[in-house]
Amino acid sequence: MNNLLSISLFWPELVLTATIIIAIIVDIFSVSNRTSRVSNYVIIGLLATLAAVFLTNHSPTTLFMDSLAFDPFASFVKSVVLVATLLIIIFTRYSNEFKGYHTGEYYALLCIMVFGMFLMASAIDLITVYLSIEVVSLMSFILAGYLKNNPRSNEASLKYVIYGAFSSGIMLYGLSIIFGLTGTTKFFAIRDAITTLDSSSNLALTLSTIFVLAGFGYKISAVPFHFWTPDVYEGSPTPITAYLSVAPKAAGFALMIRFFNQVFVDGDSLSTLGWYADVSFAWPEILGVISVATMTMGNLVAIQQNSVKRMLAYSSIAHAGYMLMAFPTISSEGVFAVMIYLVMYLFMNLGAFFVLIYVAQIQGGENFEHFSGLGWRMPIVGIVMTIFMFSLTGLPPTVGFIGKFYLFVAVINAGSAFYWIAFFGAINTVVSLYFYMRVVKTMYLDGKPSEEIVVPPLSITLILLVLAVPSVFFGIYWTPILNWVNDSLLFFVQI
Amino acid sequence: MDNLQTYLYISAILFSLGLYGVITRRNGIAVLMGVELILNSANINFVAFARFGGMNFSGQVFALFVIIMAAAEAAVALAIIINVFNNLDTVNIDDARELKL
Repeated sequence: MNNLLSISLFWPELVLTATIIIAIIVDIFSVSNRTSRVSNYVIIGLLATLAAVFLTNHSPTTLFMDSLAFDPFASFVKSVVLVATLLIIIFTRYSNEFKGYHTGEYYALLCIMVFGMFLMASAIDLITVYLSIEVVSLMSFILAGYLKNNPRSNEASLKYVIYGAFSSGIMLYGLSIIFGLTGTTKFFAIRDAITTLDSSSNLALTLSTIFVLAGFGYKISAVPFHFWTPDVYEGSPTPITAYLSVAPKAAGFALMIRFFNQVFVDGDSLSTLGWYADVSFAWPEILGVISVATMTMGNLVAIQQNSVKRMLAYSSIAHAGYMLMAFPTISSEGVFAVMIYLVMYLFMNLGAFFVLIYVAQIQGGENFEHFSGLGWRMPIVGIVMTIFMFSLTGLPPTVGFIGKFYLFVAVINAGSAFYWIAFFGAINTVVSLYFYMRVVKTMYLDGKPSEEIVVPPLSITLILLVLAVPSVFFGIYWTPILNWVNDSLLFFVQI
Repeated sequence: MDNLQTYLYISAILFSLGLYGVITRRNGIAVLMGVELILNSANINFVAFARFGGMNFSGQVFALFVIIMAAAEAAVALAIIINVFNNLDTVNIDDARELKL
């Protein structure tokens, strides 16, 4: 589609851009009580964007001279990102970490990051891939270091910017070699060119793909590109940690799904369930090894942590590993499972982080000892946190179980060549039970049960319920999510 | 001299130098200089491929975008490093070790 016609399908991004501009202008012209004022406008703008995502309907096509895809899959990822952003803005309003900081532009930066993730969800051109990853990265560097006077936050952003710039440089070098091999930057033209390459180019192609994987792996914090994750997650303000562990990961997975399923397979469509494709080289094996390494590393190191925040950081690495499990199957069933897991992961992970934000305010710290006896002192928080921990482990009847169930089904259905991945996945789930249950154990069995009972304010209780109720409800009745994901499993494909 | 191989060799050398800089240097600013070398090696690749490969302009366009992005990244990274220097009195990335690895 040409540039002018594309505008009519670019409504979500246009509304989002207007939101960014309004946020900046309101921030400049407001004198007192700035934080809540800007965030009100941004919440309205993001809700309008969400409406625009759902209202912009068209059969799958490309925008802006084949640089972006417009399809239900992109809209799905956009909605996941928007829901996460809205929740994070609400978290930020209840977090006391930002006291004494000017938070007007915080919301504008968050919206720019959302814009970058929108592009990541729909990029089908190497130029848009690079630009969108960089936009998201730059905004996350700034947000990770938003607490300017806090040395931990400074250190987090320093480590983030160094690893981020380095891995995007490596990725860019890989992209340049792919461009040289194929002579084009468009995904589908690259796919066609790769099938005609002779075998002497195989080494260059494999090497450049591994380079590109460095950029993607850094975005979803897969081993061995994960080194930044624990430090950045621990040092950043907790709402930003929660955000980084959900939204950019969802966008990164969307980008990876598009890149690997549209560039390196000969298949013609990702539109129906039960579709398998031939690959042009051994990336499924590479991704399988990365997946197992990622979940094992995440879980084994999470066991040793004393800080719950750092434990959740490693657990988010492990969850990226679980989602990667479905990639090597190269089936639309695998993509389907990843999409379901992204939705389920959103509720349970953000929920756990919100409990952490609240507990850190009441107890003055984020370590395990601050959780001791909490289940008796704050019954609501205790029950809700238990739900999230069960869910992150993957125990029924929670969303975590449903998400893992579909991932394992996708891997098993793909044939005996992939059983080893499922085997390691199952072992890792058992290992993760230890440190998630340690939180529950600390809350209920450690410390003295106190007489006084602390009831959180109504607004906090409401947010906890908004996250905890879906975590259980969709664990029992997940058909709505199944239908939504099924409708969204439609890609733009050029044959 | 005027062929694709020469340019690819130059870019590979630049890339290796950048990689070496990033891995060995402990000074934050020196690490960033290494990253800039890596970005520019990719730029040389893009422009050389577009010039000698008989391709369309997308290589040059890509290089332009990379230059812009590198400038933005340098601005953000230097701001962060200045902030770290104000708080910790060092730009050495090994001295910033309050968060244990």
